[in-house]
Amino acid sequence: MRKLPRIATALVATLSLSPAALAATELSMWYHGAGNEVESKLINQIVSDFNASQSDWTVTIESFPQESYNDSVVAAALAGNLPDIIDVDGPVMPNWAWSGYMQPLPIDESEIADFLPGTIGRWDGKLYSVGLWDAAVATVTRRSTLEKFDIRVPTLDQPWTAEEFDAALMKIKDSGEFDYAIDLGMAWTGEWYPYAFSPFLQSFGGDIVDRSTYQSAEGVLNGDAALAFGEWWQSLFTRELTPGTSQDPADRETGFLEGRYAIQWNGNWAAVPMLEAYDDVLFLPAPDFGNGSTIGAASWQFGISASSQHPDGAAAFIKFALQDKYMAAFSDGIGLIPPTPQSAAMTEKYNEGGPLEVFYGLSKAQALVRPVTPGYVVAAKVFEKALADIANGADVADTLDAAVDEINADIEKNGGYGH
Amino acid sequence: MAVVSQDNRGLRLAVRYLVLALVAIVFMFPLVFMIISSLKPTQQLLSDTASMRAFLPVGDISLDNYFAAFARAPVELFVFNSILITVITVSASIFLCSLAAFSFVYLNWRGSGLVLSIALATLIIPFETIAIPLLLFVSRLPWIGMNGIEIGWLNTYHVQIIPWIADALTIFLFVQYFKDLPGELVEAARAEGASWWQIYRKVVMPLSGPVLATAAILKSLKMYNEQYLWPLIVVQDEAHRPIMVGLGYFFQLDVAWGEVMAYLSVITVPVLVFYLVLQRAFIASIASTGVKG
Amino acid sequence: MASKLTTSNAAGWAFALPGFGLICLFIVVPFFLAFALSLTNQRLISPNPTEYVGFANYKSLLSLAVITLEPERDEAGEIVRAEDGTLVYPRVRTITRNPDFPEYRGMREWFRWHSGDNARVVVAADVVFMKALVNTLTFALVIAPGQGGLALLLALLINQRLRGINIFRTIYFMPVVVSIVVVSLLWRFIYDGNDGLLNNILSSLTFGLFEPIDWLGRTDTALGSIIAMSIWQAVGFHMVIWLAGLQTISPTLYEVAQIEGASKWQTFRYVTWPGLRNTAVLVLIVITMQAFALFAQIDVMTNGGPLDSTQTLVFQAVERGYGKQDISGGSTISVVLFLIVLTISLIQRYLTRERS
Repeated sequence: MRKLPRIATALVATLSLSPAALAATELSMWYHGAGNEVESKLINQIVSDFNASQSDWTVTIESFPQESYNDSVVAAALAGNLPDIIDVDGPVMPNWAWSGYMQPLPIDESEIADFLPGTIGRWDGKLYSVGLWDAAVATVTRRSTLEKFDIRVPTLDQPWTAEEFDAALMKIKDSGEFDYAIDLGMAWTGEWYPYAFSPFLQSFGGDIVDRSTYQSAEGVLNGDAALAFGEWWQSLFTRELTPGTSQDPADRETGFLEGRYAIQWNGNWAAVPMLEAYDDVLFLPAPDFGNGSTIGAASWQFGISASSQHPDGAAAFIKFALQDKYMAAFSDGIGLIPPTPQSAAMTEKYNEGGPLEVFYGLSKAQALVRPVTPGYVVAAKVFEKALADIANGADVADTLDAAVDEINADIEKNGGYGH
Repeated sequence: MAVVSQDNRGLRLAVRYLVLALVAIVFMFPLVFMIISSLKPTQQLLSDTASMRAFLPVGDISLDNYFAAFARAPVELFVFNSILITVITVSASIFLCSLAAFSFVYLNWRGSGLVLSIALATLIIPFETIAIPLLLFVSRLPWIGMNGIEIGWLNTYHVQIIPWIADALTIFLFVQYFKDLPGELVEAARAEGASWWQIYRKVVMPLSGPVLATAAILKSLKMYNEQYLWPLIVVQDEAHRPIMVGLGYFFQLDVAWGEVMAYLSVITVPVLVFYLVLQRAFIASIASTGVKG
Repeated sequence: MASKLTTSNAAGWAFALPGFGLICLFIVVPFFLAFALSLTNQRLISPNPTEYVGFANYKSLLSLAVITLEPERDEAGEIVRAEDGTLVYPRVRTITRNPDFPEYRGMREWFRWHSGDNARVVVAADVVFMKALVNTLTFALVIAPGQGGLALLLALLINQRLRGINIFRTIYFMPVVVSIVVVSLLWRFIYDGNDGLLNNILSSLTFGLFEPIDWLGRTDTALGSIIAMSIWQAVGFHMVIWLAGLQTISPTLYEVAQIEGASKWQTFRYVTWPGLRNTAVLVLIVITMQAFALFAQIDVMTNGGPLDSTQTLVFQAVERGYGKQDISGGSTISVVLFLIVLTISLIQRYLTRERS
């Protein structure tokens, strides 16, 4: 029985040589996965399935290395050379939408009703992008490590408090059994810093920018809460609880797996090798520094470029891609979090009782998107530099002041970024 | 002092060779590390850096990284693109720049001093600082192609070639060289009624072997080794990407360093071989430009 | 030259135009565009209209001021001292973030010195730019004599009649043909603070006495490490230029020196060095120009860190223009850089002019 649909597809494919199919309109699409075999295979599968499923549109895909993808898109936008469908990192989307090279996504809200909030991109009240997955960050350690040092296993309802967390780190450090008590991933420069570390700041009660107006960072990035965060952040490095900015990327990769780091602050995409290395690995929520435990949300999403002449075709492709089976396939292939309960149920690791189910819970319960503003792109860079400088011993108040000045100057230069 | 014993001379010679060899090691070891590492699995490669094993082909040695690198990215395409772009740019460059230099040195025309000064001043503009204005410019330039006139140069080979053809350094090298050629030859040819083109073609260029080689070598290294930012912003399709952009394929979140080393070796070895084969001409030619000062 | 007497405007233009035209189109025109951008508030991408802002970008880049801080006094007017006896000063932010002093708004401390009990603080509108400027100048100042001198040493070393000397010459030159990006990636392994190759070699040479250093992670070693690597990569090139210079010196001069009983140093000082003068000028100018364009090493190895100790002008121009989408700010740095290098080359040309 299962053969029938396949034969049907084959027939369609054969028929597509007929004149009607030759009239299929070509849609171009850019993707950030060049060099990533699994990811390329998955996305190519969706494209070829889509092309075979109907005769109005033919999608052709061009892949880019991730590290330079945004630069390529910005350059192409400048030169007026964007494709129909682009993929975009969630927090960057408002910048692209505001700058006028994305258009709203004509997909009915009902289609995405049960998606995780981090997989949906909105700007100015309109839907612009949807993702096939979300990502989440967790405090990763081993049950045996916690037991050995008599540290409580935190839960979503009762995460570690700041004091508990600090005491735990000191206890581990003082034992001398590990190179570092915790590895925050300072080797991963770039978007990792605001994505992974701004939730700490938010938990302290600060933020990268004042979200009520998005016009200033004064008081939120250099207020008392932020200063407390900064002092704590610096103390992690002065007390040698965590590797600093010159951490070797290879150590980031292998340090926890080889037992040199007791705890690691890491994303779900890195979970599979951890499960293979240890049978008692735990994925735990972030500590609560006073304002709740929180993690960053949003990953890559699909949207339509402003210059596309065929938004209906592009939307048709995106809708096609949002099938549970594809979302499940991405999750199985590269360990990402499926956006819906149905797709989660179809996965190997996020289904009920699956080893990574906890990430779905984390994502759902405490994920907070990064500031939804076109100014985020610049603010994120400023924030990254501030955190690196503080980690390297710069004066906390001066550094945060300087960051505030730079973010505010940028907002002013951009006429308030359209808020 | 006058009489040096045989032993002493032997010792001195040994010391000389020892010094030469030590310096040679300093210049070789990163490259040896690269090639040796490309044969090791990433895990071993990383742990080997803690000891002298980093320079020895020991442990799990194989060509797996090379196969993996070729599977991950169209490496041969990137190398082909880079070589093609390099060859065409360099050929055009030495022709047009030598022609201009010839004009500056031998022809007496109004404004030549000013024009030369402007050209040389561009020597101090780093490319990175004009890339965006240049992008805006080339994206609006017309081009006559297979399908008639098209607007915009993006996603082509010529956008990676034409802006790079003329440069101040190449012109400068030719100017310096031409200045020191015996001017009487040109005068004699002129007196015999030869046209400027004939003088350029038959008198000056045949004498310019060394500077041609220098200019070509410097330009080749620049075109093959340093093209990153420009292709990144003007080329969006894989078909036209050069090697340095291809490097990005290997930097995923978790870097497969073994494959990176393999890729670095693949893109570096052609230049090294090219250099080793031609090294005599290579060094002789560069040296000849130094004489002028 | 006789041919100079006859003007040949048409032929002159015809020969020069293809090359010069391309330079104008693809370098001069974009540069003037960059200059024009530096006078506006243009963003890389923005729906807002571009406005002319005059020299505001230059002002926010180059503004400097000196603030005098008096030490804190207690209620009795006595100067407060910290436990270690040092004076206590109010924080600079009490002034730069004070609405009473709008002229210092947005400025940051660059450096300070003490005069009497007072501290004088130099505040800059753009401290990162100032650091980038100082680093770039430092890089150029160290690398021009350092690389040139080392290249000369190598040239003297290689300028011997020995069997197999060509092999060594070939090896010394090899890094020159390798891409600087490749070199920078490899040297990240060499400089790694933990189990990097350099630490590992130094430690085995000293039988484990050497404490590993995080070469790129410390503010006092990062720039030096990048300088050392840059020299390693380019020194072979200049060695060959020196070598050519050495080989133009007539052997009879050396014979005379030997007959006169000159020491090795005297021979170098009075025979070799004068013969190398022209070469020295070329080497110096080329190295200086390249030094100011320092970018790839920073981009691959440090991103300007730690604590801005490896920021450079070109890196900042790129970081602002692309990373922070501030194309007018990036262009402003480009123009300033151009003016600096132009000034330096004019000075170099003046100092090394041929005295007749």
